Amino acid sequence: MAMEVGASWLRADGNMADVVVSSRVRLARNLAGIAFVARASKADRQRVLDVVRPVVLEAGLDVAQPTAQAVAQPATPSGEQPPAKDASKASEKKADSKKPDPLSRVIWIDLHATPPLERSLLVERHLISKQHQKGKGPTPNDDPRAVAIGVPDERLSIMVNEEDHLRIQMLHSGLALGTAWQHASEVDDRLEAGLDFAYSSRFGYLTACPTNVGTGLRMSVMLHLPGLRLTGEIDKVKRAAEGMSLAVRGFYGEGSEAVGDLFQISNQTTLGKSEPQILQELEQVIIPRVVEYERLSRRELLHKRRIALEDQVWRAWGVLSNARMLTTEEAMQGLSLLRMGIAMGIVRLHERGSDKGGSHAGVGLVPSQRLATRATLAGMLRTANQMMLLAQPSHLQRAFGEELDQEQRRVARARLMRARLAGEKDTTPLTQDEGDRGAEGKGPAGEAGTA
Amino acid sequence: MSIKCDQCDRDATVHEVSMRNGVRIERHLCEQCAVDVGISIQPASPVTEIIKQVMLQDVAAKAAAPRGPVIAACPACKMTFGEFKQGGLLGCAMCYATFEAQLGPLIERAHEGGTAHTGKQPKRALSGVRPTPAPQQADLHARRQQRVRDLRRELEEAVASERYEQAAKLRDELRQLGA
Repeated sequence: MAMEVGASWLRADGNMADVVVSSRVRLARNLAGIAFVARASKADRQRVLDVVRPVVLEAGLDVAQPTAQAVAQPATPSGEQPPAKDASKASEKKADSKKPDPLSRVIWIDLHATPPLERSLLVERHLISKQHQKGKGPTPNDDPRAVAIGVPDERLSIMVNEEDHLRIQMLHSGLALGTAWQHASEVDDRLEAGLDFAYSSRFGYLTACPTNVGTGLRMSVMLHLPGLRLTGEIDKVKRAAEGMSLAVRGFYGEGSEAVGDLFQISNQTTLGKSEPQILQELEQVIIPRVVEYERLSRRELLHKRRIALEDQVWRAWGVLSNARMLTTEEAMQGLSLLRMGIAMGIVRLHERGSDKGGSHAGVGLVPSQRLATRATLAGMLRTANQMMLLAQPSHLQRAFGEELDQEQRRVARARLMRARLAGEKDTTPLTQDEGDRGAEGKGPAGEAGTA
Repeated sequence: MSIKCDQCDRDATVHEVSMRNGVRIERHLCEQCAVDVGISIQPASPVTEIIKQVMLQDVAAKAAAPRGPVIAACPACKMTFGEFKQGGLLGCAMCYATFEAQLGPLIERAHEGGTAHTGKQPKRALSGVRPTPAPQQADLHARRQQRVRDLRRELEEAVASERYEQAAKLRDELRQLGA
């Protein structure tokens, strides 16, 4: 799994990307005639894998990969209305570059045969849940379970033997629940042609937990809401959402905290409302309202507390580009402010080299000014998104190619953030110099060279 | 600004909003009256809490009521309802049919009044794998729903006209129906 390609949900090229990081659609399905996962014997769970594997691999799911990218709109800076539907040249080019990859395919990973670090990478990339990473039973490591992933874009993942036999997940960047739903539903159709799903006319798709029964559908949107946190309105939004029986969760779903001002909002109820109804409520009504509220908060901050706001953003910048040790929380907090600063035009990263993959995003301390192109804004947001992913412990260790203890991780994290903001990739092993204090003078390229 | 209890002069501290057939029903009660009409007080809580709550009520009702027929374990996976209450997960697809009576109210509560599926269906419908034959299930369900609606209306009338003894009886009957 390449670090820089894939995870296309971080691309920041979707609708409302200044606030909406990604959209996720999940369908819970179970096989008729086999006990639900928690109740199934180890032999039965193995049987589920044996039954599902050939169907997943031969269902032509790679063909079902996204083709409807045309609906995605380029990101707009905070406070600006999205452009009208007539796509600009830039976004047409974007759509072009997203034709189905001829190499796209679905890979199957048996998690009981996968090393722990690889599994936690999958969690950080939101391809499997923490529960699925751990496994169940007396010997959770050997618990027969798997995940199928659509590569290289990593939009599709199918967890097998998590709480339900199948959890089909589609992850898209920006607000794209409709597209994600279409794709998930198509994958569901293709799997259903080869599998018999447990279904009842009254309760719909039957799931291990009665809270998922019916459509088995969970739509969730990951929102970046630093403005609402800074204006102290975030709790109001949470309460309002909960009042509408929506769940508000942190970065990694159930039971996780909202690191980096990232929140997931999702539907709670799955019975009695059809999929289009759930979709319509979230995508047309609720999420745009929250996004508008966040944008309003950002505008308000800009008008009433401009200096204080700029100060916060530039301090975050200072920490990220100078600190020698960073915890995950510090890095995420800094990146949150940086991301907001980018979206509001306070800071600017300029991209070096080609735009492809966005991995060479560099930075320049260019004074705040009208952003040159929308594509550039998407590129800068993408860099911030990717830095958020790379700041996570397993990605960090993967980037440095070695197991790191907590202190080493902090040093490595700080180094990676500095290098990224200076427009360099830095994955030199930590064991080599950390004492090159002349680095500032020579620039990061020199540092990497001598290491 | 405080809202008065629907049934007495105290300030309402319990606010219940429910959807019935698309109609929004609001109730504002003081703690005392809330307990009287069988609403227990809980903060806005995640669904798991609601389930626990419903289950507790269920247990309390069972303890108070004469013991009905004991529902056997699920014929397919041998799970008992007690096991489900502990773990929160059902054992297999058949459990939905086996425990339909107990699950009904719980599911309705968890899904904000949703009682029946609407939406996508599997295209490939193999016969014989349904937990319960569909028509029979639908018929039973419809009849029970009608009875529940009638009882609820009577209950509201009884409460409105302060016939509390009658209201308590109706409430018990509703509980036995799993509503």
